[in-house]
Amino acid sequence: MSDAGNRFRTMLGHRLFWPVAVLVVMLAANTIYRPGFLAIEVNNGHLYGTPIDILRLSAPLILVALGMTLVISTGGIDLSVGSLCAISGAIACLYISRAPDQNNLVTVLTALAMALGVALVLGAWNGVLVSVIGIQPIIATLILMVAGRGLAQLIAEGQIITINSGPYRAIGLGHLLTLPLAIFIALAAALLVAAFTRRTALGMIVESVGGNREASRLAGIRSGRVVFLVYVVSAACAAIAGFMMTANVSSADGNNTGLWVELDAILAVVIGGTSLAGGRFYLGGTILGALIIQTLTTTVYAMNISPQTALLFKAVVVIAVCLIQAPAFRAKFRRRRPGAPPPPQPSPQRQKEQVPA
Amino acid sequence: MSTFPISAPSWAKLPRRHMPVLATLALLLVMYGIGVSQYRAFSNVQVVFNVFIDNGFLLVIAVGMTFVILTGGIDLSVGSVAAMTAMVSAWLLQSGLPALLVLVIALLIGPTLGFLMGCAIHFFDIQPFIVTLAGMFFARGMCTFISDASIPITDGFWTTMSQYRIGDPRGNFVSISVLVAFAVVLIAAYVLAYTRLGRNVYAIGGNPQSALLMGLPVGRTRIAVYTISGLCAAIGGILLSFYTLSGAPLIAIGMELDVIAAVVIGGTVLTGGSGYIFGTVLGVLVLGVIQTLITFDGSLNSWWTKIVIGGLLFAFILLQRLIGIRYK
Repeated sequence: MSDAGNRFRTMLGHRLFWPVAVLVVMLAANTIYRPGFLAIEVNNGHLYGTPIDILRLSAPLILVALGMTLVISTGGIDLSVGSLCAISGAIACLYISRAPDQNNLVTVLTALAMALGVALVLGAWNGVLVSVIGIQPIIATLILMVAGRGLAQLIAEGQIITINSGPYRAIGLGHLLTLPLAIFIALAAALLVAAFTRRTALGMIVESVGGNREASRLAGIRSGRVVFLVYVVSAACAAIAGFMMTANVSSADGNNTGLWVELDAILAVVIGGTSLAGGRFYLGGTILGALIIQTLTTTVYAMNISPQTALLFKAVVVIAVCLIQAPAFRAKFRRRRPGAPPPPQPSPQRQKEQVPA
Repeated sequence: MSTFPISAPSWAKLPRRHMPVLATLALLLVMYGIGVSQYRAFSNVQVVFNVFIDNGFLLVIAVGMTFVILTGGIDLSVGSVAAMTAMVSAWLLQSGLPALLVLVIALLIGPTLGFLMGCAIHFFDIQPFIVTLAGMFFARGMCTFISDASIPITDGFWTTMSQYRIGDPRGNFVSISVLVAFAVVLIAAYVLAYTRLGRNVYAIGGNPQSALLMGLPVGRTRIAVYTISGLCAAIGGILLSFYTLSGAPLIAIGMELDVIAAVVIGGTVLTGGSGYIFGTVLGVLVLGVIQTLITFDGSLNSWWTKIVIGGLLFAFILLQRLIGIRYK
């Protein structure tokens, strides 16, 4: 009895318990509301269905959120990812639209390489501002967030660039092994990041820099270089997400590509249990967070509520998840039930003098 | 002088604290000078008045944001709250409530939301960034929840406030919104400089730990600044509805960025503890003059506004860094 209770309490204390619970509750509510929700059918050798759609549409968000997780774990934040999505999408689409043969694979690859290159340079700009000049991350990336939208519009000359390129479209809508290609791209990126951070010391180094930059430097870690690197990685992730977003609609709109994706990405990271103060990161939690956000969006669309009103639900979910995860809230909640043994502490949150945002 | 040989003369010490504000002032004068030298009509006094008329609501909201940023926090919800205030007042007026009652209700929504966000930030120790982000989503969602389309305002009081011109015989004028904005600026400047609340705001921004140990009411002040920011956003929303004579669900998207940019260009340090309301006024004016310059030029496209604002943000942050104001 008490053993089962303990196990339950351990589960309750697990950092992924609440995100998973929220996701399951949302899926269950959807299935009750619309019994066909979880149905998946095979059509033309490809799988179709709402769950597949959710996975496909969440791919760009997962990518952006992966980069954001690393940035946030160093105690920073990257507000420029949405603009970077717009810039990379605009460059790729511009190059393809000017090419004589839009379906040429070499053309598409050149376009992707060029756009990725520009994104890396812009990521390096962010990195230099934060690590070398020492500007507060939220402001350093705010510069590119504001100016980047202007740059994207400048590249597209204020127009929406439409293209008709098979290979480029495949990034967003193609299939591989019956599943959408986008899922595999996001999955590959996630595995790559996980391998580099969890199979080598890099992840530990990133976390230690987030915990205390100066102490890490004194311990022999090149803190500046690590901070620089995470912004470049974040920019690369954003660029690939930008390709997906523009490939989905075969056009690039400097104004609207990736609009507010930085906020969604930060939410995904926070829902996943990564603290904005830095020092810890959970890639699995981030992916769950991205799925929760996309499920919520899809749910709201399915219920025929306008996309803007969906923000209302997003606000409620955000506050609920944050409150549940806030140590202060848990402590208050626990005090109301005297007698019960204190459940195991979920990774103790360190107090910081100042929060970065 | 001879009695204090060690200390530098007072005029040499002054600039360090006032440098960002002075730089903004210099930039503003240079930009205005460029405008006057390039375009003949620019020297018209009405151009300056128009900058105030077009940016009155931005000014009020930026004042609220200055309070929040001075404590080291941030409020992302202001643009949405302003839009929600305009939307609610348009909706209530449409359903036939008297103008005065609508005004009171509309002005209560913002502070209430701000108070709740402040409580969440203080009592549950959640990042201001996330809490106000949720507030932003909530307010924007409420806008479309009220109506998907924009609601026109035909109420007599509103149209009078919108169209009434206070001017001199030569035809230059300002709107009532500008006077309201000036009143808000003066009150805020007084509160920050001469009241206990204002000094607490600076103290908490400087170092919350020390402020707490000194016995200052950190929690109360922190909740108060978000409430003030909400109130300013609500007043800004009312001014916005005077300006547009409608409530539109998608208005003021991204305004929080303009506001933050204005506050930073005005010399307020984002880690808190240093900055002036006067600087914020200058920051808003800089943004306004940039827009006016680009409108006057005609050949430049609107996206240059964003690129220039980004460049200015960079320049000012670099300046603050160079003169050694604490940046973390």
